[in-house]
Amino acid sequence: MEWPGLFNYWIVIFLMMAGLYVVMARANLIKKMVGLSIFQASVFIFYLTMGKVAGGTAPIVIPGNPVYSNPLPHVLILTAIVVGVATLAMGLAIIVRINEAYGTIEEDEIDQQEHDS
Amino acid sequence: MSHHLVIRVIAKLLIPFILLFGLYVQFHGDFGPGGGFQAGVIFAVAFVLYALVYGLDNARRIIPDRYIRAGIALGVLIFAGTGVVAMFLGGNYLDYSVLAHDPPHGQHLGIFVVEFGVGLTVASVMVAIFFAFAGRGHKIDEKEG
Amino acid sequence: MVLTVLLIIRLHNLFAVVMLSGIYSLLAATFFVVVDGVDVAFTEAAVGAGISTVLMLGALSVTTQREKAAAKSTLVPLAVVVVTGAALVYGTLDMPNYGDPEAPIHKHVAPRYIEDSLKETSVPNMVTAVLASYRGYDTLGEVTVIFTAGIGVILLLVRVGGRRRREDEDAA
Repeated sequence: MEWPGLFNYWIVIFLMMAGLYVVMARANLIKKMVGLSIFQASVFIFYLTMGKVAGGTAPIVIPGNPVYSNPLPHVLILTAIVVGVATLAMGLAIIVRINEAYGTIEEDEIDQQEHDS
Repeated sequence: MSHHLVIRVIAKLLIPFILLFGLYVQFHGDFGPGGGFQAGVIFAVAFVLYALVYGLDNARRIIPDRYIRAGIALGVLIFAGTGVVAMFLGGNYLDYSVLAHDPPHGQHLGIFVVEFGVGLTVASVMVAIFFAFAGRGHKIDEKEG
Repeated sequence: MVLTVLLIIRLHNLFAVVMLSGIYSLLAATFFVVVDGVDVAFTEAAVGAGISTVLMLGALSVTTQREKAAAKSTLVPLAVVVVTGAALVYGTLDMPNYGDPEAPIHKHVAPRYIEDSLKETSVPNMVTAVLASYRGYDTLGEVTVIFTAGIGVILLLVRVGGRRRREDEDAA
């Protein structure tokens, strides 16, 4: 198996799992959002890795007869990035409201307040 | 940030170029990298920069909230409307081939219009979101003012 | 990128975490250029490194700058992550190699986009052609999602200043 072979996928999996770990193990809501966007970016990298053709060029028609990379993943990810930031903004907005209602953005403190009341 | 002279001057110099670059990305997206999504974001960045440097209230005065909200809706409307127009001209929904005398030109025109709709919505939504966050609490202005 | 992510996990200063996530996005954008996704790289650099960092800073400025030390046990998440990761790595063993032109993904609809998009749409940039024309419904859906998210943020965050102003006008 010549390099890079499957190496790219393993890096993607590492990044993805790191994002997942941040989401699960950290109680701070903003840090959870950061973890979520790490996870998201790793999926983007995964898609674009799959779309690459060895020796290919960017999918814009140029004279000659070059090999193009697959444009389909690019299209899917292009829209996904912008939708991702829109949903991120939505999540942050909810966090800001939570901070106003509870005075904290730590998950366990919010839990405690809920139990006390 | 109003007392940072260098930042104010540089921002004033940069903003027209950011806007110009946004327009270039928007309308040159058919031929090079670019398109509605990127152009919308770049366009929004110009307003965000202005709001950061000159304060939110000045930025609000330049581009009032109701225009932003109209832009959000108008972009989606242009996109969906293109589909409806294509339907009236005898094609399928979002089939741009019927928009001009021959299919490739129709497709080109359709893509152009639709990308404009996308750009408008994305730019307006990004500016609206930023204004919403910055308008909350006004701590940004205090810290930088 | 791996280093950036490890730092994000370790650090408790949220300001540094947000900055690092911006750097992470920028690194991702450079990677996208390497794998020929120029459009995507463009978007990631503008959105990931620009707008989302600014938004997170905005959120930080109205909430708090520091994360409190995690009181939760980190053992269970770690175990879950390791097991999931191992399963995914096992899954990749069946994947085609990086850059393999014979991979199944390049065999289905992509050849048609590559060969016919210039003829059918007279737009040289295939990504734009596919985005707006072949997958027009898809893009319409995405724009609607952005539209909805924008409306949602406005509803959640903008104070009902309109009504108050109207009351003031009534009083005046």
